[in-house]
Amino acid sequence: MPQGPDIAPGRLTDVELALNFSDAHPPLTHAQAVVEADRCFYCYDAPCIEACPTGIDIPRFIRAIATDNMAGSARIILESNILGGSCARVCPTEILCEQKCVHNTREEGQPIRIGMLQRHATDWQMDHGGQPFTRAAPTGQRIAIVGAGPAGLACAHRLAMHGHDVVIHDRHALAGGLNEYGVAAYKLADDFAQREVDFLLSIGGITFEGGKVLGRNMTVASLRREYDAVFLAVGLAGVRSLGIEGEDLDGVMNAVDFIEGLRSANRQTVPVGRRVVVIGGGNTAVDAAVQARRLGAEDVTLVYRRGAENMSATPVEREWAQTNGVTVRLWAAPVRLVARDGVLDGIEFARGRIGPDGRPAYDPDDTFVVAADMVLKAVGQTFMPDPLNGESIAISGGRIMVDATGQTTMQGVYAGGDCTPGEDLTVAAVRDGRDAAEAIHAAYMAAGR
Amino acid sequence: MADLRTNFVGIRSPNPFWLASAPPTDKEYNVRRAFEAGWGGVVWKTLGEDPPVVNVSSRYGSLDYNGTRMIGLNNIELISDRPLATNIAEIKSVKRDYPDRAVVVSLMVPCVEESWKAILPIVEETGADGIELNFGCPHGMSERNMGAAVGQVPEYVEMVTRWCKQNTRMPVIVKLTPNITNILMPARAALRGGADAVSLINTVQSVIGVDLDLMAPMPVVDGQGTHGGYCGPAVKPIALRMIGDIARDPELARLPISGIGGIGSWRDAAEFLAMGATTLQVCTAAMHYGFRIVEDMTDGLSAWMDQKGYATIADVTGRAVERFVPWNRLNMKFKTIAKIDQDACIKCGLCHIACEDTSHQAIARSKVDGERHYEVIDEECVGCNLCAHVCPVDECITMQPQPVDGVLTWPEHPSNPARVTVGS
Repeated sequence: MPQGPDIAPGRLTDVELALNFSDAHPPLTHAQAVVEADRCFYCYDAPCIEACPTGIDIPRFIRAIATDNMAGSARIILESNILGGSCARVCPTEILCEQKCVHNTREEGQPIRIGMLQRHATDWQMDHGGQPFTRAAPTGQRIAIVGAGPAGLACAHRLAMHGHDVVIHDRHALAGGLNEYGVAAYKLADDFAQREVDFLLSIGGITFEGGKVLGRNMTVASLRREYDAVFLAVGLAGVRSLGIEGEDLDGVMNAVDFIEGLRSANRQTVPVGRRVVVIGGGNTAVDAAVQARRLGAEDVTLVYRRGAENMSATPVEREWAQTNGVTVRLWAAPVRLVARDGVLDGIEFARGRIGPDGRPAYDPDDTFVVAADMVLKAVGQTFMPDPLNGESIAISGGRIMVDATGQTTMQGVYAGGDCTPGEDLTVAAVRDGRDAAEAIHAAYMAAGR
Repeated sequence: MADLRTNFVGIRSPNPFWLASAPPTDKEYNVRRAFEAGWGGVVWKTLGEDPPVVNVSSRYGSLDYNGTRMIGLNNIELISDRPLATNIAEIKSVKRDYPDRAVVVSLMVPCVEESWKAILPIVEETGADGIELNFGCPHGMSERNMGAAVGQVPEYVEMVTRWCKQNTRMPVIVKLTPNITNILMPARAALRGGADAVSLINTVQSVIGVDLDLMAPMPVVDGQGTHGGYCGPAVKPIALRMIGDIARDPELARLPISGIGGIGSWRDAAEFLAMGATTLQVCTAAMHYGFRIVEDMTDGLSAWMDQKGYATIADVTGRAVERFVPWNRLNMKFKTIAKIDQDACIKCGLCHIACEDTSHQAIARSKVDGERHYEVIDEECVGCNLCAHVCPVDECITMQPQPVDGVLTWPEHPSNPARVTVGS
């Protein structure tokens, strides 16, 4: 009789694990990239640019690949998006640039593989060219950033370019934020997140302070006193709970914790259930489900309470889950965790559909149980305002309020990324960080110092 | 089924597709493979006097464009580098085994009558159907006063042609170089010398590109390059114009033409025929894909002729010549206007930026319901066709001819200070 649910590490050999967590989408060869680049029509006022939150001049960087001007291609990407390398890997291009590619509207048209081309160019830069930007003359300005994720890093790099000195504080030991701790390993294989951080920091003028927690080691007020400006990029530290019976059973955990554990540990030591159920319909749910499979879980079921069209994971992500052997079940809401002899054994769902009022309705009498040794919750992350308690920083709709320049209601304190309103995308966070840096720099210039 | 057989100055072939005098026709082995593949004829790679020439290593340069290989090819290879006797024996053997195919022998010897008198009977003895005088090779041989060095001087063209006509019963085709200002001059000289036909174009003098590491023109031979002869799809427009010039010239109108220059498909072939050619010579396309390409050429040409109701090659030859006119005869009252099929438009904006930056600002850009929208401004459109050419979608931008009210040419045009007044 087992003491707990069937959760164990080491279900697969080292060789199998290495294969399962290698690059999910291997890079294009240069010859393949040139063929793909030659397909681009080099549109004028191209729709793909408009679809990119960072506004990369996509046709121009693709043309540069076609003409074998690799340094130029990478610079065009990186001057808009210094995290162009990770965005090339994690962006849902199918709902951004590639969705707007004019090739889609031709009969049987396949969009240009913009993400893969962007990866090709940025990989070239990191492999051959190093840091393409230089710092302006030192300004003597010091700026504090809280959070070393994409928003914080992008902000730091742009500030450093303008000659400011930057200190990034983060609760983790490593910089990178979700790129390091929150994205499926096979999307940023071969330690890409850290290589990109090193590349970014190589511009100089940026100090990383790990293990620093806002509200514990420092406050916004203390940072504001010590520095000339502050940029908050603290992300979403909270996780929604299911609020159902049995949620405290062993084997029930947050998907983000599962993913973080998997990113930071030797994969041979990461425990995974034999039968895993993931609750949720976003990219975190998909990343958790697929990685559970790739760690060796026998059965993985992803359950979402509404229809496929309501999932925040894109169809491409959903298909990725399915091709990885994840069973996707729709229109089912969790009712309670099921235990046998006090040990997690499954989770019960109520079937649902769109009710007469147009909203989802679930029938408590029409339920089914999915057997599970491990249940991963991925029903949403939330902004945790607690570290800002007592500060004059307004919160609205659960996020930090900012004006058009990214400034919060506290003068000299800016914010961006997932902790502010808007889409929770890496590329949007990069834009926020970059634009806040420009706003901080503009304020410095306007002050005439 | 269209009849593709041709009779070109008495030289018969089952179809108009001949391999041009070039590397593919250098040896019996290649020519036999060509005939097995279905080629109607060959012009054997140019024979010269013994001792044979010596060729260099590294011979071709390619012009690639947007991922497409060899839209143009240049070469610095000279004439056949094998002993005359070897070639003669092979020509004889091939002609014996393929009596229904055209076997023409290209020749180039020094510009003295004795040299031509000496080689002609040797060639005649092979049973070859005719000779082609190589007055076109623009590299290497021209430095030895042969090839284009002869073709560029009409008097020499006439003289050598006459020597040949006086010393052989074989039909004489004069191959013309495009590296001159007016193709009519050497063509008329050939006619005066008694040529039975002309073939054109030979290759165009060219430097295909520069190796930016070695800082030398390509192809690079031990650190240096030389100019070569340019051929392939990119030279087709030059060839069509020169063929048309000859075909429409009243003096030359009855001089048969073997068309050469970038022919790679049945459609190219049909265009060459329409501009006045009777037979067609191909080289680069075969060098790119092998001899099998002739299958679609014959098949496609035949299908197109059936569809258009042309029974024989003669029905097609010269069809477009009467409509190939000097600019002065174009109707200035004609107007055509671009029209964008909004359903087919993919919103790439290429028509707009081409017109806006480089033409007549006749394509307006706007947003309609948040979508990019491009619309022709009829009053500004001069009918230049540029937008239709840059549009990546077939039939999306079409040119719409407007009703024409009579004919007015430049010589009669009110804006022409030197206009002629009709009826005065």
